Amino acid sequence: MSLLEIRNLSIHFVSHKQDIAAVNGVDLTIEKGKTMGLVGETGAGKTTTALGILNLIQKPQGRFLSGEIIYKGRDLLKLSEDEMRKVRGKEISMIFQDPMTALNPILPVGEQIAEVIRLHEKCSDAEAEKKSLQMLEMVGIRAERSGEYPHQFSGGMKQRVVIAIALACNPSFLIADEPTTALDVTIQAQVLEMMADLRNRFGTSMLLITHDLGIVAENCDDVAIMYAGEIIEIGTLERIFHNPKHPYTLGLFGSIPSLDKDEDRLHPIPGLMPDPAALPRGCKFHERCDRACEACSELIQELVEIEPGHKVRCHRVVKGEI
Amino acid sequence: MAKYIIKRILWMIPVMFGVLIIVFTITYLTPGDPVITILGTGYTPERYAAKAAELHLDKGYFGQLFTYIWNIISKFDFGKSYFSNIPVAREFATRVPITATIGLISVAALALIGIPTGVIAAVKQYSATDYVLTALTLVLAATPGYVLAILGVLYFGVKLRWVPIAGLGSFKAWILPLLTNSIPTLSIVTRQTRTNMLEVIRQDYIRTARSKGLSEKVIRRKHALKNCLIPIVTVIGTSVAVVMAGSVITENIFNIKGLGTYLYSGILSRDYPIINGSVLLIAFIVCCVNLLVDLAYMAIDPRIKAQFINTNKKKKKRTVDEGVD
Repeated sequence: MSLLEIRNLSIHFVSHKQDIAAVNGVDLTIEKGKTMGLVGETGAGKTTTALGILNLIQKPQGRFLSGEIIYKGRDLLKLSEDEMRKVRGKEISMIFQDPMTALNPILPVGEQIAEVIRLHEKCSDAEAEKKSLQMLEMVGIRAERSGEYPHQFSGGMKQRVVIAIALACNPSFLIADEPTTALDVTIQAQVLEMMADLRNRFGTSMLLITHDLGIVAENCDDVAIMYAGEIIEIGTLERIFHNPKHPYTLGLFGSIPSLDKDEDRLHPIPGLMPDPAALPRGCKFHERCDRACEACSELIQELVEIEPGHKVRCHRVVKGEI
Repeated sequence: MAKYIIKRILWMIPVMFGVLIIVFTITYLTPGDPVITILGTGYTPERYAAKAAELHLDKGYFGQLFTYIWNIISKFDFGKSYFSNIPVAREFATRVPITATIGLISVAALALIGIPTGVIAAVKQYSATDYVLTALTLVLAATPGYVLAILGVLYFGVKLRWVPIAGLGSFKAWILPLLTNSIPTLSIVTRQTRTNMLEVIRQDYIRTARSKGLSEKVIRRKHALKNCLIPIVTVIGTSVAVVMAGSVITENIFNIKGLGTYLYSGILSRDYPIINGSVLLIAFIVCCVNLLVDLAYMAIDPRIKAQFINTNKKKKKRTVDEGVD
């Protein structure tokens, strides 16, 4: 059963000078208890999609052009601000990318956790504080440090505090926006392991945003590849990793250096992500695609299921040409 | 904490000495002989010598300086006015409370009106409210206090007769002096609050607070405002110095018997003990305010507090933390 279903979501940032198309018709379904990996380059619209789910897009520039976000049968985009506040932090919570800036520098970490518990749970201040101490212990920080401030913690510990805040009210759905990007590799492993452990314990569904395919392989059930605000390939972890089809996905896998072969140079995808204020016609990837044909610059391709649990947005793949 | 405060208070001593020496030297080097000014024309050399000895003006620069410092330290004696013969310290006792009251109310008004106005302008950015407040604060910031004061006296005092034009006799009489004192700096506080609020509201931790489901009101009060207080406290701290300096003008326009009129009369009549004493006192007040501002920083931001105190304790603690992470 699907817990969260995003249908045809489009988010633009409009100013008097330009119209930035950050998210263009994204469809995404996350099943209960499952983890969806959302992969793409910087600027692909991953974070905007995530913030869109919580309706935290920067207003007034950020606008929802179309779409529905169905969570437990309700369209989140149709909720009033008051109703939406009851969803944030309680039903759906988010782990942010940069733990260095995600915590309020002048509030004790314990209070930053207790605050969200007091807000959503029907409990006394003392109980909220007790729960906040438990949360700290759970993420591996000694409870007596709850009175300390973010600057007294290392980056990895700050990220654990951020995770403790996100999990404090046992949300059904967790958005993790590059939770390990700002951390060094050893801490990355710890944090991911802890998140997986907590997910298993509470049965939380998750949207894991990353550009690291290794993290996806370890943590996700399904994978969606995003490019220029569109999902270009989506499927189960197994299908995407064993049978990637879209030239962009192939490029992503191709850019990972192999340990088996003696390689001197990396193989990046040439070129840059197109300017979201002036997206190309046709397939958004055709300018960088080594398999593009003439039709690619004209044809607008929908996501098409090419095998069970595997959809691709590339007309040449759909026609079996590549 | 107490150690830090004591250290800061001790540091005020050399600062006060510096101010004292500079002010004393300036008045000493100013051309004109106070003795002649006091005695007027037609004095005898004997009377001149006697007067000079009475005022310690016969001792030379260092002699005068040391006498002055010694009298302040030993007897809290700032000397006597050359003309009225009233000790400066006694005048202070009656005048300082008046100036201090006006100053305190002005600064409190700055904070109580300036900060909320700035927050409103920031929250309603680019709205009509914001534009009106911006225009108003810019006009007020560009208008010197004495212009406002004179216009106020002319319109509200002389034409409408709502308020008395001089003295502090009634409650209403306080209104114009207070407005004159606080309005020019009020606009600076408002602008500073607006700018900082707009900056803080875009920070990641505000987004985190929103993602918790907190209401905008709580976010503004608990998360945003406290984070933008540091520059605001700085501006309010400096405004104390501005208000003190402004009191010279305000008190003269409204004929208030405070420190400002005293200093002004001292300057006009070359009454050096008055000038020296008043400037010293103002310097002392500014020093105290600076200390208060620094203490406020520490109360607001734990990072600043950690920088100033407990450095040894913190080092020890950090090694323990590294073991944990």
